[in-house]
Amino acid sequence: MAKTVNIWIDGQHLEVPDSMTIIEAADKHGVYIPRLCYHPDLPPTANCGVCVVEIEGTPAPKRACCTPVNEGMKITTNSKKLRSYRKTLVEMILSNHDVTCPTCVANNKCELQILANNLGVDPESLPTILDRQPVDESSLSIIRDVNKCISCGRCITVCNEVQTVFAITMTDRGIGSHVDTPFGMGMANSPCVNCGQCTVYCPTGALRERGEIDLVWDAILDPDKHVIVQEAPSVRVSLGEDFGLPLGAVTPKKMYAALRKIGFDSVMDTNFTADLTILEEGTECVAKLKAGEKRPLITSCSPGWIKFMETYYPDLADCVSTAKSPMSMFGVLSKTYYAQENNIDPAKIVSVAIMPCTAKKFEARRPELRDSGFQDTDYVLTTRELIRMIKEAGIDFANLPEEEPDEGMSFYSGAGTIFGATGGVMEAAIRSAYFLVTGEELQHLDIEAVRGLQGVKEAAIEVPGFGEVRVAVAHGLSNARIVMDRVRESLATTGESPWHFIEIMACPGGCVGGGGQPYGNDIASRARRGLSLYEEDRSLPVRQSHKNPEVVKIYERFLGEPLSPLALKLLHTYYFKRSVSDGQVVEQVTEKHTAH
Amino acid sequence: MYTEICNKYTPEKHNLIQILHEIQDTHPQHYISAEAVKTVADYLGIAENHIYGVLTFYTMYSTTPRGKNIIRLCESPPCYIKGSQNILRKLKSMLDVQTGETTQDGLFTLELSACLGVCGNAPVMMINDDMYGDLTDERVEEIIEKIRRGNQ
Repeated sequence: MAKTVNIWIDGQHLEVPDSMTIIEAADKHGVYIPRLCYHPDLPPTANCGVCVVEIEGTPAPKRACCTPVNEGMKITTNSKKLRSYRKTLVEMILSNHDVTCPTCVANNKCELQILANNLGVDPESLPTILDRQPVDESSLSIIRDVNKCISCGRCITVCNEVQTVFAITMTDRGIGSHVDTPFGMGMANSPCVNCGQCTVYCPTGALRERGEIDLVWDAILDPDKHVIVQEAPSVRVSLGEDFGLPLGAVTPKKMYAALRKIGFDSVMDTNFTADLTILEEGTECVAKLKAGEKRPLITSCSPGWIKFMETYYPDLADCVSTAKSPMSMFGVLSKTYYAQENNIDPAKIVSVAIMPCTAKKFEARRPELRDSGFQDTDYVLTTRELIRMIKEAGIDFANLPEEEPDEGMSFYSGAGTIFGATGGVMEAAIRSAYFLVTGEELQHLDIEAVRGLQGVKEAAIEVPGFGEVRVAVAHGLSNARIVMDRVRESLATTGESPWHFIEIMACPGGCVGGGGQPYGNDIASRARRGLSLYEEDRSLPVRQSHKNPEVVKIYERFLGEPLSPLALKLLHTYYFKRSVSDGQVVEQVTEKHTAH
Repeated sequence: MYTEICNKYTPEKHNLIQILHEIQDTHPQHYISAEAVKTVADYLGIAENHIYGVLTFYTMYSTTPRGKNIIRLCESPPCYIKGSQNILRKLKSMLDVQTGETTQDGLFTLELSACLGVCGNAPVMMINDDMYGDLTDERVEEIIEKIRRGNQ
C-alpha cells in the first residue's frame, strides 16, 4: 500500500500518494502547471524547464515533472518569478524555431504556440538563431522538419521505449544537439515502421504525415476519374471531436455525408473488408487449428506491426496471416469486383482510404500490393487530413444531416467495427471461428477478456469439438515484443507456441490510438474511442462477420469461398525480411499461396 | 576486422566506449563507419540509433573519414583569452581547411576540442596523442612543418 503525504499546492491542502511527482499530484487535483516537454503518457525527460515551481525552503525553482512529492511540501505554481522564468524559456525556444504558425499543420493544436500565447510571449523579444536545415522528406509516411523541433525528446521516448523501433535518437551535443536517424540517413533508411506515434506525441508540427490532400482533390476534380473512398473503423469515432462533438462520438453517417459533399463518387466502408478479413483469416485460423499446427497464427492488419515483424521477427513471418489488411483488400476489390459490378474501367478508378494511420501510406505503396493490375490503393489520408479537408470544404460537420453509404462494399457487422480497438480483431475472429468450427453461433458475443488497455491480454476459449483455444492480444510494439519473444522462445524449446491465435496492433490502444488520429490523441482519449466502438457494435443488427449480407454476396458472386484461388490471388500476400540498420528489404521470406 | 575488436571485450553494454575507441584508433581514417556501428550493435545487443547517439555526443569520435593526423585545438575560455582564435586562423590558412575538414593530401584534420586540462600552457592543441602548449604562429608553423617533413 502506497503511503500518502500531505502537500499544499498554492495553499490548497492535498493528500496524495508519495509515489507521485508534483505535476502528477497537481494534474490529479485539477491544478494546471504550464508544461511543454512533459506528457502524462510518457516518462518525464525534464528537458524544457517550463514546469518549474517554487517549493518553500528550497532556494531554486524545481521542475514539477521530475520532483517527487514530500511530506509537508508547500508548492507555489504561479508567481512573478515563475512567470518570468517560463516566459524566458519559451522565448529562447521560439528564437530557435521556424515560426510559421498560420501555415503549419499543427496550427491551433501546437503546444508551443498555445503556451507562448498563454504566457504572453513577445515574438520579437529575442532575435532568431535558427540555422535552417533540410526537411527529411524521405519517408512515404512521415515528414520530419527539424526546424520546428524543440528537442523535447517525446518522439525519442515513444519510438525507443513505447514502440522499441529505435529509428531516431538525440544526436550531437549542446546547442547542436538534435533529433536524427543514425548517420542522418533519413526516416526511409532507418528501421522506422511508420507507426506515426512520434507525430502523435510531437508538441509542434515537426513530425507530421506526408500530406496527400492535394492529390485527392485533383482526382476528385478530374472528370475522367471515378474516385471511391473507404474509411477505417476507428475514423468514425474520432472525427467528431475536432468539430465540437463529444470525444468518441459515433459518426459514421455524418462521415459518409461529408465525404459525399467533398465529392467522392462512391462512398463505401473499410468495415466491410474488415468483415471479409475475418472470413479469410478466420478460415486460415480454423484450418491451422484443425491441422494441429504448433506454430501460431498472428494477425496482419496493422502495417506498422508488419514492417516491425519484417525487421525484428522475420523468422516468424510464416506465422503471420497471409490475409491482406482490410484497407488493401478494399483497394484490390475496388478495381476488380467493384469495377466489374458497376461496369467501370478499373484504370479510371482512384481508390482512396481514410485511415487512423500513417503506416498505411507506406503499405499502399508496397510494390507487391498490385494484384488488381494497378496500385490497389492510390491515396491514403489520415483522420487528421480528412478533418483538414472537411474544414477546407467549409462543411459544418457537427450539423450535417446523416446519410447512408453507397451499396456493395459498405455494409458492416459489429465485428467489423471493433477492429479499431485493441482486441477487436481477436473478438471478431472468435465470433466467426467458433461458428466455422462448430457450425453453431457463439452464445455470448462480448468477449471481455480481450478488451481494454492492458498491454498484453490472454484468454482461453472453450470450443466444442476442438477444445481450448488459447489467444493473446498485444498493442504497442514493446508489448508485441513480449509476446513475440515468448513465441520464439517457446517454439525453440518446446516446439509449440503458448497461444494458437495472436492479435498484434502497432499502436497503443489499437487503431483508435493510431499515428494519424486527431491531435490530443492520449491514452485517455484512446480508451474513450475504443468504448465507442464497442457501443456501436452492440447497437448494430448484425454482429458477426459471416452474417454480413454483402460479404455473403461477394463470395457468391465473385470470390467463391474463403481461400479460393481467386481469394488467395486478390486478398492474400507475402512478407520480407528487412535490415535492422536501414529497414530495406533483404529477401522475400514467405510465398504467395495459390492453394491452401 | 570490427568483429575481431568486439571479441576482445565481453558483450556487455559498458564496454561500448572502449570498443568504439579501439575501432576508431585502428582505422586508417580514424573514424567509425555505419558498418562498424552495425557490428557493435549486434555484438552488444544495443540498437544502432543508441550507438549513433553516443558517438555523436562525444567529440573524440568521428562518423566521417579523417586525416592521418588529427589536430584538436582547445576552444575553452582560458585558451580563448590567450589567443586560440589567432591560432585557429593560422591553422586554417596553413592547412587550407575549415574546422572539421581534412586537408587535400589527407595528412591533417582540424578539429576543436573542449578543455584539454593544461590551461597553464594556454593556448594548447593536441595532435594525435601529443600535447603542444604556449602556441604562437611561429610555433604552429614549426610543428606542422615538422610533421609534414616526417611524412615525406
